[in-house]
Amino acid sequence: MRPILMKGHERPLTFLRYNRDGDMLFSCAKDHTPTLWYADNGERHGTYRGHNGAVWCCDVSRDSSRLITGSADQTAKLWDVKTGQQLFSFKFSSPARSVDFSVGDKLAVITTDPFMEHTSAIHVKRIADDPQDQVGDSVLVLENPEGRKRINRAVWGPLNQTIVSGGEDAVLRIWDAETGKLLKETDKEVGHKQTITSLCKSADDSHFITGSLDKTAKACLWDMRTLTLIKTYTSGVPVNAVSLSPLLDHVVIGGGQDASAVTTTDHRAGKFEAKFYDKILQEEIGGVKGHFGPINALAFNPDGRSFSSGGEDGYVRLHHFDSDYFNIKI
Amino acid sequence: MATLDIDSRAAQLGIDWSQVHLDSIHLPPGENFGIESDDEGVYHDDQLEFDTGFGNIIVVDNLPTVAKVKFEKLETVLKKIYNQFGVIKENGLCMPVDPNTGLTFGYCFIEFNTPQEAQNAKEKTHGYKLDKSHIFSVNMFDDFDRLMNVKEEWEAPQTKPYVPGENLQKWLTDEKARDQLVIRSGPDTEVLWNDPRQKNTEPVHKRSYWTESYVQWSPLGTYLVTLHKQGAAVWGGADTFTRLMRYQHNMVKLVDFSPGEKYLVTYHSQEPSNPRDASKVEIKVFDVRTGRMMRDFKGSADEFSIGGPGGVAGASWPVFRWAGGKDDKYFAKLSKNTISVYETETFGLIDKKSIKVDNVVDMCWSPTDSIISLFVPEQGGGNQPAKVALVQIPSKVELRQKNLFSVSDCKMYWQSSGEYLAVKVDRYTKTKKSTYSGFELFRIKERDIPIEVLELDNKNDKIIAFAWEPKGHRFAVIHGDQPRPDVSFYTMKTTQHGGRVTKLGTLKAKQANALFWSPTGKYIILAGLKNFNGQLEFFNVDELETMATTEHFMATDIEWDPTGRYVATAVTSVHEMENGFTVWSFNGKLLYRVLKDHFFQLTWRPRPASFLSPEREENIAKNLKRYSRKYEAEDQDVSLQLSEQDREKRRALKEEWERWVMQWKSLYEEEKLERQNLRDGEISDEEEDDDEAKEVKEVEFEDVIDVTEEVVEE
Repeated sequence: MRPILMKGHERPLTFLRYNRDGDMLFSCAKDHTPTLWYADNGERHGTYRGHNGAVWCCDVSRDSSRLITGSADQTAKLWDVKTGQQLFSFKFSSPARSVDFSVGDKLAVITTDPFMEHTSAIHVKRIADDPQDQVGDSVLVLENPEGRKRINRAVWGPLNQTIVSGGEDAVLRIWDAETGKLLKETDKEVGHKQTITSLCKSADDSHFITGSLDKTAKACLWDMRTLTLIKTYTSGVPVNAVSLSPLLDHVVIGGGQDASAVTTTDHRAGKFEAKFYDKILQEEIGGVKGHFGPINALAFNPDGRSFSSGGEDGYVRLHHFDSDYFNIKI
Repeated sequence: MATLDIDSRAAQLGIDWSQVHLDSIHLPPGENFGIESDDEGVYHDDQLEFDTGFGNIIVVDNLPTVAKVKFEKLETVLKKIYNQFGVIKENGLCMPVDPNTGLTFGYCFIEFNTPQEAQNAKEKTHGYKLDKSHIFSVNMFDDFDRLMNVKEEWEAPQTKPYVPGENLQKWLTDEKARDQLVIRSGPDTEVLWNDPRQKNTEPVHKRSYWTESYVQWSPLGTYLVTLHKQGAAVWGGADTFTRLMRYQHNMVKLVDFSPGEKYLVTYHSQEPSNPRDASKVEIKVFDVRTGRMMRDFKGSADEFSIGGPGGVAGASWPVFRWAGGKDDKYFAKLSKNTISVYETETFGLIDKKSIKVDNVVDMCWSPTDSIISLFVPEQGGGNQPAKVALVQIPSKVELRQKNLFSVSDCKMYWQSSGEYLAVKVDRYTKTKKSTYSGFELFRIKERDIPIEVLELDNKNDKIIAFAWEPKGHRFAVIHGDQPRPDVSFYTMKTTQHGGRVTKLGTLKAKQANALFWSPTGKYIILAGLKNFNGQLEFFNVDELETMATTEHFMATDIEWDPTGRYVATAVTSVHEMENGFTVWSFNGKLLYRVLKDHFFQLTWRPRPASFLSPEREENIAKNLKRYSRKYEAEDQDVSLQLSEQDREKRRALKEEWERWVMQWKSLYEEEKLERQNLRDGEISDEEEDDDEAKEVKEVEFEDVIDVTEEVVEE
């Protein structure tokens, strides 16, 4: 498996997202320009210019026409995927950390960081069909859902009825997307012990996986409706990124030691490896090395035949699986 | 903390704590609520002796009975006698007089200033002859009650029923012949079986806060010693680890066993309040089995250390080095210009005096015999040569000595069966600017102890490590320059040249800085610890071939199990990442890894020496095939069983997962319509299913478009 090295960002990667057809890959980095790549050969297709801060997250609509990005410049922007034009900018009073389109792409959930006197918040915005009609008002705002703690990721639950959030306080919460009521939260005993860094939904919205910095650094697989912990994958290093294979029963976990400690040790000590686990047996299958900084982002192509990883080192590595991968037996 | 404990316990027992009315609970009567404290010390403490206040009074009997006339004379005589032993209190002598006859009763009471004086007087004057018919009978006043209550008839003392002790060697009878190891991580101390067949460990005993600093096995593996504020304790037993004995020594810091594990030496040093003073050191020697303190040594750290600043850090451990062999007869201490050798029969110095050796800086016992090797460096700027000497104990006879010239340093290495002594000698070059190293090899067991000099092929090579093959005749040396030194193997015995040291081979440019021989010899690990990041090379010295090269990244410790079958490599908490240990087979196959945060220590439980004679062991090694067949079959069984278990587990997991997936699928189906509505009626779910069904077919077909005929002209 020879990776395609995609060098286009000048700063650490933060997020990767494939469109539904699996032919486009969107990457976000701490430089200010989200980039669109061809998902098969890794060529750069274009960039989305306009942000004035690190871009933390993005999501693409089902028909691959709209892109939404959340940035540290305290805005979340809607883009026309084809032209690269900015369609709308949602303004906040603190950095936007995570964005997610709902089923049907009519709503978007955006989280903002605690900043100055502002606590963290979850905003629900209505996305207009015609960008001319787009307004910045929120349909629902969950102020202070986790106090001063940051929310690292919030996504839509099945049928847009709920919103699932996770962040620095290590607790996963399910909110009613209509009323904003807290429906469920995880038990400290069962769940993560430290900051939840990443969250990835399954294709059918039935379950999701989370990665955390906690000492055992595990990725947990949760039932999306009941918030039941089903599986735990222990990785031995802090986890920054997780992804679920849409094709096989595999999960991939990436991370590595804290970026601030990287230069102090041998690169092998960091374990900047994307580790594959059997989803059901929770056993490690293998690892993909290559990054020389912690892995910050992971994404599976919706066809499950390739995946890409983005690192603190500023590279995106696109891997097409060898045929051996599809016959792994453990 | 306490409430947390209670809460968790309640949860364990399924009690809803909020439903419990505290007043409704009736505790069993008694101060301990009927629960015996497991701290037996509470009950077995000696009953406090109350001082009656009469401890300094003695009673002298068998005095002459005298009339008033002679009363004063007798009193003077008695005072004269007893004033020799102490000060009699004022009016302390009391001789009662019978009011009827006016005669004395023939006894008197004497009160001294202190009980010690009284005791002394009693001992000295009991049986004192005043004259022929008056022989003193002296008793302590306090003893009278006891003596008066002695029964007239002799009663046989009750024999306590024999309580069989636990089988302390039970772990050796493990059916699978596994070995134990102890690990410490975080607050927990765990004893585990190493189960290489299951590729895992099996817990034996686990305790949080078992020790306050570290744990140590006794040299034969019988006991595990833990350190506490109050002293040390040893644990052992058949099934679980029970406390066998405690040794009181406040703030004990270090412990050491005698090789036959009869005695335990404990060490405590106290930082001086004035930093310029040497720290105070207290060392106690206990009998392991009875727990009795045999002797204690107190003094400043200077007296227990030699060379170096000593003062603040305390003495270098072990202060007392035990003579080889299992009989624990002698132990020795090195101090300035003397070597003090003690014997355990009396716990006194042999012949009541130390051995004087001017300027001695190092000493070592032979691991098997009572022979001390010692090293004296050069003195008088090279006028007096350095000296290595072998001294026999207890005779203190010098068996052999060798003078060495222009020596900067010496290190002594005994071979484990005491057959050879290698002395690494660092000598100055002529310019005195640098040093080079060589070896002096003593053959202890041969007549007159011949000495051989060995120099490396390249004399200027630095020697990084040296190690004897346990019970063998070979040794390995790492020499040369970092970062890629060479490793050479030598043997003391070859068939061709009987008694000459010969080189077996050299491995060039190895990433190694430490040598770990298997306890049975033959195999060695060339390890690159610390800045070599944990490179490991498993090497067979018989065949001079590498069996495996691997890496345990950042490994800090390597320890062979006592049988030489497995090796554990560990990353202890000196590193932040990847703490834990890995177990390898002797030939470098990775068996399993265990990750533990805050990993401090791993120690294999030692085994006592084998009862088999060397001949029989050799015989077994020769016919190994015959013996190993049985075990191979067992191995096979285990692996089948394992996979059976594994399969079972996997099937359960798969089934559980299937249930989830089924549930999700049905829900997904149920919600299909709603989802379609959300997507403006776009029928997307089917589409996804179709994707899978869709197959790209490449169809090739040829089509004849046009045919024309052309006449080719010649």
